[in-house]
Amino acid sequence: MGATLFDKIWNQHIVQQVNDGPSVLYIDRHFIHEVTSPQAFNGIEKRGLPLFRPKQIVATADHNVPTLHQELPIRDELSRLQVQQLIENCARHGVELYGLGHPNQGIVHVIGPELGVTQPGMTIVCGDSHTSTHGAFGTIAFGIGTSEVEMVFAAQCLLQNKPKQMRINIEGELLPGVVAKDIILCIIAQISAGGATGYFVEYAGSAIRKLSMEARMTICNMSIEMGARGGLIAPDETTFAYMEGRPFAPAGDAFTKKVAAWRELYSDADAAFDMELNIQAAQVQPMITFGTNPGMGMAINDSIPTYESLEAESEKANLKKALTYMGLQAGQPLLGMQVQHVFIGSCTNSRIEDLRLVAAMVKGKKKHPDVHVLIVPGSQEVARQAKREGLDSIFMDAGFELRQAGCSACLGMNEDKVPAGEYCVSTSNRNFEGRQGAGARTLLASPLTAAAAALTGKITDVRTLL
Amino acid sequence: MKPLKEIESRFVPLPIENIDTDQIIPARFLKATTRDGFGKNLFRDWRYVQDDEQQPVASFVLNQPRYSGEILVAGKNFGCGSSREHAAWALKDYGFKAVVSSFFADIFKNNALNNGVIPVRVSDVFLAKIFSQDAEAEIQINIEQQTITILLTGEQKSFDINPYKKTCLLNGYDDIDYLISIKDSIEKYEAARK
Ligand code: SF4
Repeated sequence: MGATLFDKIWNQHIVQQVNDGPSVLYIDRHFIHEVTSPQAFNGIEKRGLPLFRPKQIVATADHNVPTLHQELPIRDELSRLQVQQLIENCARHGVELYGLGHPNQGIVHVIGPELGVTQPGMTIVCGDSHTSTHGAFGTIAFGIGTSEVEMVFAAQCLLQNKPKQMRINIEGELLPGVVAKDIILCIIAQISAGGATGYFVEYAGSAIRKLSMEARMTICNMSIEMGARGGLIAPDETTFAYMEGRPFAPAGDAFTKKVAAWRELYSDADAAFDMELNIQAAQVQPMITFGTNPGMGMAINDSIPTYESLEAESEKANLKKALTYMGLQAGQPLLGMQVQHVFIGSCTNSRIEDLRLVAAMVKGKKKHPDVHVLIVPGSQEVARQAKREGLDSIFMDAGFELRQAGCSACLGMNEDKVPAGEYCVSTSNRNFEGRQGAGARTLLASPLTAAAAALTGKITDVRTLL
Repeated sequence: MKPLKEIESRFVPLPIENIDTDQIIPARFLKATTRDGFGKNLFRDWRYVQDDEQQPVASFVLNQPRYSGEILVAGKNFGCGSSREHAAWALKDYGFKAVVSSFFADIFKNNALNNGVIPVRVSDVFLAKIFSQDAEAEIQINIEQQTITILLTGEQKSFDINPYKKTCLLNGYDDIDYLISIKDSIEKYEAARK
């Protein structure tokens, strides 16, 4: 029987097998950020251990940073201390840090690929669940807890049990107005927020092959939102073209040699998966979520399910709890509903292509006067590129607030929050209670749907504006 | 880590599904740089009205004195969402040594185990049985035997735990101790790949 893409990478990284237990998996690249690393640095220092392979670590400050006036000291004291601690820890242990003010700074899952640190065939971890993003390059990339960050610090390895494997095939052509974010929201709505727990997911099929790297990252990014540890896509010409010339990618002959090895990274025709799912791209509609987990999503012109349509009592209870929080009614459509905020950003949708999509839609137009629009590039490089292309003035003319790179209102750790009770159409990945601020009501959607809401001030089917 | 063999205690019921780590510990409390003191912010936004410690939400289980104990019993898909280990630290700091549910998110499960908080997975039926017990009912979790027992009724089920992790818990050692012990093999692996 053949090997899956996942098997091939996994097998190349096994150092040894614990009897009756997990595998010792070697980690090629380790990304760290200010929130989940301090306790791990403390931990190894307490044990008197050095960092085993500091050169394989890349650090950035993203979660807890302001998106205004990054040149000034951080005002919030705890945030400032946490970012300061990262600076000190990295200096003491010889870790490369792209901190505030550094031209490479940005959301960890945006800068890794952008710099070419993320490369096909690697194992990649970070103390952050959206590490799955890097799977778009054909890597085994997954989020870990802080104790595991400490393990990778100590030994560049993790003890891991091999997960089950799922393949999701998406075939055919996407309809106009439908983008990668809609595909993944549609998949999650179908298999639920826990439906892929215990699995690693390979995304395949002709619709995936046609996607750009940015779009593939959007899809892999949200693998965790259905419980999967990670998601990955076989590298191909699109991947190689993206890699070429990136600062940390191999160059010249070394690049050609690497590409030859990367071409071997695919699932064999006779490889077996524990589960397979097929989706027709043409069935995917622009999506929006109505509830408090990313599985509670629907096509934008659908209505919220009624209680009668649900079988299990527990599902009814879940829906009731979610709708109470969201201030919505079962059976109600969302189209036409007023929103107060639009957030365009996060490691799901803050790359240059996302910004281009939004800019193309709002060029020469103005946002609705009653809606506040925050647009936050994923990295300094994305911000520079947007400027080179003149996107910044398009956003400013439209009345958007264009900020500096960081996680921002995705998790509301800095000042960028949505006030309690107000609605926000957000291109981020989580609509949990309080995610964007205590009491904030998040509706997840694509950058196009977000742009449409910015223009109309309402939940809008983007296809009516195309 | 201290060795952990058995937990016997009353339980705190939280029959809600898909409890994500943003609920267990909201992001604004992640600015600390140590592992301590997260317990007071456990389920913060469900515990207090508008974040005000003077205004506990009376209906929330942690504010009901009749419930107490070292075991949290929660609805399925517990711990989904963010990888923040702060969720496990908050549970531990609050005094929980085990979480019982019919389904756990992957990263949370590892994080809990790495901190000596045992995720005990039971069937939906057994979970419902626990929820139907009185507040005084005691539950016993035996790690050696891998069993969970409702002491009043004697009903017992076995649960799965990774044999390697079980050895670690019973003996109080962790993955880092193990990885350090095989450093030579790791270096050999690196050399062979170059
Ligand atoms: S943008 Fe949001 S999801 Fe992504 S790393 Fe930052 S906080 Fe996490």
